Amino acid sequence: MKILVPVKRVIDFNVKVRVKPDQSGVDLANVKMAMNPFCEIAVEEAVRLKEAGIASEVIVVSIGPAAVQEQLRTALALGADRAIHLQTEQSLDSLPIAKLLAKVVAEEQPQLVILGKQAIDSDNNQTGQMLAALTGMGQGTFASKVVVNDGKVQVTREIDGGLQTVELTLPAVVSTDLRLNEPRYASLPNIMKAKKKPLETKQAADYGVTLTSNVTTLKVAAPPVRKAGVKVESVAQLVDKLKHEAKVI
Amino acid sequence: MAILLIADHDNKQLKAETGKVLTAAQAIGSDIHILVAGLQCRSVAEQAAQLSGVTRVLLADDTVYQHQLAENIAALVTELAKNNEYSHILTAATTTGKNFLPRVAALLDVAQISDIIAVESPDTFVRPVYAGNAIATVQSTDAVKVITVRASAFAAVATGNTATVETVTISKDSGVSRFISEELTKSERPELTAARVVISGGRGLQNGENFKLLEGIADKLNAAIGASRAAVDAGFVPNDMQVGQTGKIVAPELYIAVGISGAIQHLAGMKDSKVIVAINKDPEAPVFQVADYGLVADLFTALPELEALL
Repeated sequence: MKILVPVKRVIDFNVKVRVKPDQSGVDLANVKMAMNPFCEIAVEEAVRLKEAGIASEVIVVSIGPAAVQEQLRTALALGADRAIHLQTEQSLDSLPIAKLLAKVVAEEQPQLVILGKQAIDSDNNQTGQMLAALTGMGQGTFASKVVVNDGKVQVTREIDGGLQTVELTLPAVVSTDLRLNEPRYASLPNIMKAKKKPLETKQAADYGVTLTSNVTTLKVAAPPVRKAGVKVESVAQLVDKLKHEAKVI
Repeated sequence: MAILLIADHDNKQLKAETGKVLTAAQAIGSDIHILVAGLQCRSVAEQAAQLSGVTRVLLADDTVYQHQLAENIAALVTELAKNNEYSHILTAATTTGKNFLPRVAALLDVAQISDIIAVESPDTFVRPVYAGNAIATVQSTDAVKVITVRASAFAAVATGNTATVETVTISKDSGVSRFISEELTKSERPELTAARVVISGGRGLQNGENFKLLEGIADKLNAAIGASRAAVDAGFVPNDMQVGQTGKIVAPELYIAVGISGAIQHLAGMKDSKVIVAINKDPEAPVFQVADYGLVADLFTALPELEALL
């Protein structure tokens, strides 16, 4: 079976985010970019399913400007077989992304779509659920365990208060949570090999999908800064301050 | 037009988050309907009817909604919204709400606005992005605004209302998903997102066994116990204890961070707490930059001492 893994290029998780002085957004000039951490987990899971003999092909897809090819190459180096780049210079919201991915699903007919539960830039946590809705597929979000068996997938999900396991009929959408796996690092030979793997570029605008959104960002501001308080000398002093100054215990 | 709010519950108890989302709904408009979808959950509907400001409670009591499967709940909500009766559809940004609501948005062909922390006007909302390192103000011209609400950013409404409970007989089963099992962490302590006091441990605790050091203190303060992502990644404790961008967002009266360095992703989950205490042996730990009270000490001596003094 084929697995489709959509991935997103985002600001590297180690980079300290700075808001632009004109509040038009976050400063991305000369900032290190990387594959979204949850997407790395998705690639890893798909590659493991291939290594286990369950998947026959892992296809990665990313939507954005030419630069996203860097993350597609990373995914290929991690073990994906081929890549699809939907080129657009527009910054897209989750719904148009999900609509484009639904078109790719229609073309490629994967049995499983595995993707990150959220991107660490927009923090939306929407794309997988929207894709599942648009394609009529079942969804296993926030997965910490994925077991494919006999036309079904059992997904153990991280929920508030514990874990929930659901069974989905394939094809299905799975979104990854942190504990699903620990992604590998790409080895140098695999990085070299990835350069020769197929990467096809298509134009997002050719899919007949409305790429605009009805949501406009009016401004992006820095969060209110929390001031550092005082250092206390002892546990006794701490308890005293909490009782008599902060009055919280 | 009315606002539809989907309740969070476990078929017995209405979750505190719903009363907080209601505050956000009241900042948008005044005709607010609450949907309680589940199985044998009439008592939840009756609890919802008591929340101040609710005009109608819709009760969808059916086996297909027992486990809040996203496919079925989304189909129900979409059906309720199809006659354009609702200008806004809201729910809490819990793992339940985050699961089904984007599905609703896609089925209605509108955007979802995730995790709002303030309502500026009926079409303009404030939400954190980049793990709370930036705060975006967004405006929507969609006919229906589909929104998840960060409950910890809003106070709960009062109770004492007596809204009518109406039964909805729409049964939607997608047939593509099935509940298998659930393993809930059993705890006598309050839930992380609802607790007045939270005490969290990080990698400094060194192993899962040492989280016991937090328990005595948590008992005395009636606190919930949380953890940093580092402690979860290291396998000390389960992920449902994680506080941070990728875990739970909390805003208690008192947050005590023990052996937590204060990575950005952790701070994103707790920096709206009223009072923050940090205990760490490294005086340079970034957590001290947000702590109201910092104690530079070895946690293995400080924690027993703290427990004794409470």
